[in-house]
Amino acid sequence: MRTDTATLFAEGSASTLRLIVYLAIAVALMVLDHRGGWLQSLRRHVGQTLVEPAWRVAALPSEVARAARMAVVTQDSLASENRLLREQLLLAQTRLNRLDVLVAQNERLKELLDAQQDLGLSVQFARIVDVDLDPFRHRIVLDVGSNQGVAIGQPVIDAHGVMGQVVEVLADSAIVMLVTDPTHAVPVVVERTGLRTVAYGSGAIDRLELPNIPISADVAVGDRLMTSGLGGRFPAGFPLGEILSVNNSEDGMFAAAVARPAAALDRSGEVLLLGDQPQPYGPPSPEPAGPPVPETRKPGA
Amino acid sequence: MNRWRAQGWLMLASLVLAFLLQLLPLPVAMLPFKPWWIGLVLVYWTIEVPERAGLGLAFAFGLAGDIVTGELLGEQALRLVVLAFIVLRFRARLRFFPIWQQTLAVFALLLNDRVVTLMVRGFAGEPMPPATFWMSPLTGMLAWPFVYLLFDDVRTRLRAKD
Repeated sequence: MRTDTATLFAEGSASTLRLIVYLAIAVALMVLDHRGGWLQSLRRHVGQTLVEPAWRVAALPSEVARAARMAVVTQDSLASENRLLREQLLLAQTRLNRLDVLVAQNERLKELLDAQQDLGLSVQFARIVDVDLDPFRHRIVLDVGSNQGVAIGQPVIDAHGVMGQVVEVLADSAIVMLVTDPTHAVPVVVERTGLRTVAYGSGAIDRLELPNIPISADVAVGDRLMTSGLGGRFPAGFPLGEILSVNNSEDGMFAAAVARPAAALDRSGEVLLLGDQPQPYGPPSPEPAGPPVPETRKPGA
Repeated sequence: MNRWRAQGWLMLASLVLAFLLQLLPLPVAMLPFKPWWIGLVLVYWTIEVPERAGLGLAFAFGLAGDIVTGELLGEQALRLVVLAFIVLRFRARLRFFPIWQQTLAVFALLLNDRVVTLMVRGFAGEPMPPATFWMSPLTGMLAWPFVYLLFDDVRTRLRAKD
């Protein structure tokens, strides 16, 4: 049996004094470290020689396990994996080549799909097959016609807004008058204020005219125009355009505004034809019968 | 004298091994269950050869542990000193406990250590740890019989060799 002072760390009995001394040192160290970040600097100095190798050695078992797993992979499985990967690479490359086109198409279709879902309306998908942008005639031709159930008067929209309406239906194609056609007019409402007015086609593909706004009306650049639903042709609440400028009309009686169509009239490739509207808009159609004859005022009664 | 030295080497090797086990990378889900190997090994040596493993050794290894694994310098030192002190106080009883009772005692020691840790962390201004913080004493308790039997076996062999 050795004496208590035999080695540096020897301690025969658990003396409370020693405990207190050690605890005090530990607490002092902790406080200093908490204040001054000693541990970090100590680790940085000692770390080069001691700590880092310790971490390496401790990480060794998992490294060994990983290496072992790699080592037992057989040649055969590697070869088959190689072949598989090469086939996949080929496939991926062919796909990649088509990707740009697909991405663009996907984007367009997704926007249309969103529009369709937001609407909750019955819609028909159509492609534009011909465009006629004479200053006096803004028409597009779609690849659907009466055989596909298209009827005159159906509104045509794209993902961004109203494009126009069907004016002529052939067996397998339909002609659409765009909202910018000079003979076209849409009842609209200014989204911000609720002001009702009419947007006329201007003959230019990128502008609509609102020539008869009351001078006192509150219309500002940037206001959005929505279809009002009046007239019964276009359902309410579709974006039509955005006010570009507000001026006085030539005769000074009205304010005249210019708007930019919301729909991509000159860019769209696919459009939606709105089908049956969920509820009738506008006034009921007049009775086909002759003038009513009141019972109480029969002549000669 | 040869045996004395061999035992010293064994002690050092066991503590180094404990450090390495402490540093052993584990999946994140298993990290809270990692026993406090340094504490377990130190408890063993304090029970078995208190004339060599005292408060000083505990303090020194705690500092080393702080440098290698810790967050706050002196934290493990304090925990190990407390641990060693309690073990030294109850050594006479602990030593002759049957292994299951010893295991429970180790569990209590490790639980106490968690409380000490909580206090230290609390003073450092850290928030309450999650519930998994308390899992380590449980796994430490489960590991204790193996640690004890392994070292006893190695020491018996050393003795037999002389």
